[in-house]
Amino acid sequence: MKSCEYQQIDPRTLAASHPSAQRCAGQSIAQRSRRKWEVFPGKNRFYCDGRIILARQSGVLPLTLGLIVVTCGLFFAFDCPFLVEHLTVFIPVIGGVLFVFVVVSLLQTSLTDPGILPRATPDEAADVERQIDTSGSSSYRPPPRTREIVIREQVVKLKYCFTCKMFRPPRTSHCSLCDNCVERFDHHCPWVGNCVGRRNYRFFYSFIISLSFLTSFIFGCVITHLTLQLVICFFSIWSVMGLSGFHTYLVASNLTTNEDIKGSWSSKRGAADSVNPYSHNSVFTNCCVTLCGPMPPSLIDRRGSVPPDDPSAAAAPELELPPFMAKSDTRMSPKDLLERVVRTSDLCLLCPPATPKTTPQGQGVSAAPDPPSSCSSSSSPSAPGCWERQAPCPPMAAPCHPYGRDTKRASLHSINPAFRLASPSPMLSHTPLVVGDAANFAIIPPH
Amino acid sequence: MTPPPLTPTNHRKVQLSHITTHSLQDLRQQAAVAAKVFIQRDYTNGTVCQFQTKFPSELETRIDKQQFEETVRTLNNLYAEAEKLGGQSYLEGCLACLTAYTVFLCMETHYEKVLKKIAKYIQEQNDKIYAPRGLLLTDPIERGLRVIEVTLFEDRSLGR
Repeated sequence: MKSCEYQQIDPRTLAASHPSAQRCAGQSIAQRSRRKWEVFPGKNRFYCDGRIILARQSGVLPLTLGLIVVTCGLFFAFDCPFLVEHLTVFIPVIGGVLFVFVVVSLLQTSLTDPGILPRATPDEAADVERQIDTSGSSSYRPPPRTREIVIREQVVKLKYCFTCKMFRPPRTSHCSLCDNCVERFDHHCPWVGNCVGRRNYRFFYSFIISLSFLTSFIFGCVITHLTLQLVICFFSIWSVMGLSGFHTYLVASNLTTNEDIKGSWSSKRGAADSVNPYSHNSVFTNCCVTLCGPMPPSLIDRRGSVPPDDPSAAAAPELELPPFMAKSDTRMSPKDLLERVVRTSDLCLLCPPATPKTTPQGQGVSAAPDPPSSCSSSSSPSAPGCWERQAPCPPMAAPCHPYGRDTKRASLHSINPAFRLASPSPMLSHTPLVVGDAANFAIIPPH
Repeated sequence: MTPPPLTPTNHRKVQLSHITTHSLQDLRQQAAVAAKVFIQRDYTNGTVCQFQTKFPSELETRIDKQQFEETVRTLNNLYAEAEKLGGQSYLEGCLACLTAYTVFLCMETHYEKVLKKIAKYIQEQNDKIYAPRGLLLTDPIERGLRVIEVTLFEDRSLGR
């Protein structure tokens, strides 16, 4: 760095701003280039140099894995020898294939970027602010911002996300646990330890379907063998199949859990029946689109390098304290809120692993309207389902899962080095939230 | 290097020599950013990636409206191609499902292939059309597919 100060300045670049600084930056790229995942502002954990992404709270993922492995282990150890002898050798083969499928799908759901939207750059944020700024003075925060658009004759409200500083695209919600906006947000699943969104919904769906098959298969074998495993299997089947049935309904109607719970496209109070504008009006097409549609790329470019002219990458984290968010989210009347809270707490009792002593954000019951994103009360009777409040678990050390996609992504960007250097962002305000401060936030349900 | 006095005939020559002698990086170093314009997404057809074709007023003095709209329209078509629901994408999806999605470890998805095409197209547009006018398009993928960022540079070299 010292040598930069004495470098002769090229007269051609005298007119430009900070020529020597740019040269310095150029030289220091090699010394301290960082990848974008290192300065990622959301509450995620990264492994294998950004190839693997996990939510900060892995929820009960170790428990899920443990349950699956133990149940299958017991099955293979005790039932298979008996059944191979009396039935066919294909029993453990089918069981093995299903088990592998389940575990692979589970890992892909947990370790993939669910469709996180990167936060707006300061220039973008300023541009948006300028567009919506009316006459408000700078001393108080302007009222919550929404933008209405029409999608196929349905009016859709786009809300402004104070954390990510942008208007959320349709079907996008901000997950308070991961502190990211996620596209086509379904829910945050504690069993899987990650959000379920646009990019990993198909993995999630294949996980629960294959798990249903696995548990039914084991149950069927076990009935033949009549052991104590019957009880555990029966309960798992009832819940998992219930969940699978619910998600099959969602897939067939191109809905997300979030939209179903909030009743976005069913008859709302006071409004006429609204139709889901994203549905293709055919069960078959909806299934194809959701499960077999083109695989969207990851937008957060975890393994890309942080641009050199980015002093705030090393800056201290700023705290985004949006006290306004709580106010903007109270759309329900107090009566509705209480009703939902009671229903939620009933369902909470059914779900063993998540105890109320859990989380720093556990005050959701009394504060913000948490229930919209919690248990799926109306649609599935028995799904312990996936909901926001759950026990924090120690970080899971995941095995390396080198996704070729990311190296390809890196090469995609290396084709255009000019763009990297030519995008002049004077300051990127990254706001990595310190974990301790999470306790000060009320739960903000995704909207 | 003082630029020669500008006449309509050598105006173009200055522009072209600018591009041949300087890369986009140098353009940035030599010129300051005057403003940034953001082309937002157009959600009237749902969540598919489309950008608004409305011509922003800040670019009126810099570039031809038709030219700009043509660029945005081509980009929209390319994104539509990436997200197209058709035989090929379903086949890719089914194959992926059958292999428990492990096929993505070795294969590039159709979307990624089209993204490469888009990146090439944007670079080409920048080289041919936008850089000579002191503009720079940023690939939307670098902005999370939210906006097309158009950077306006101060036209110092052209004496404005």
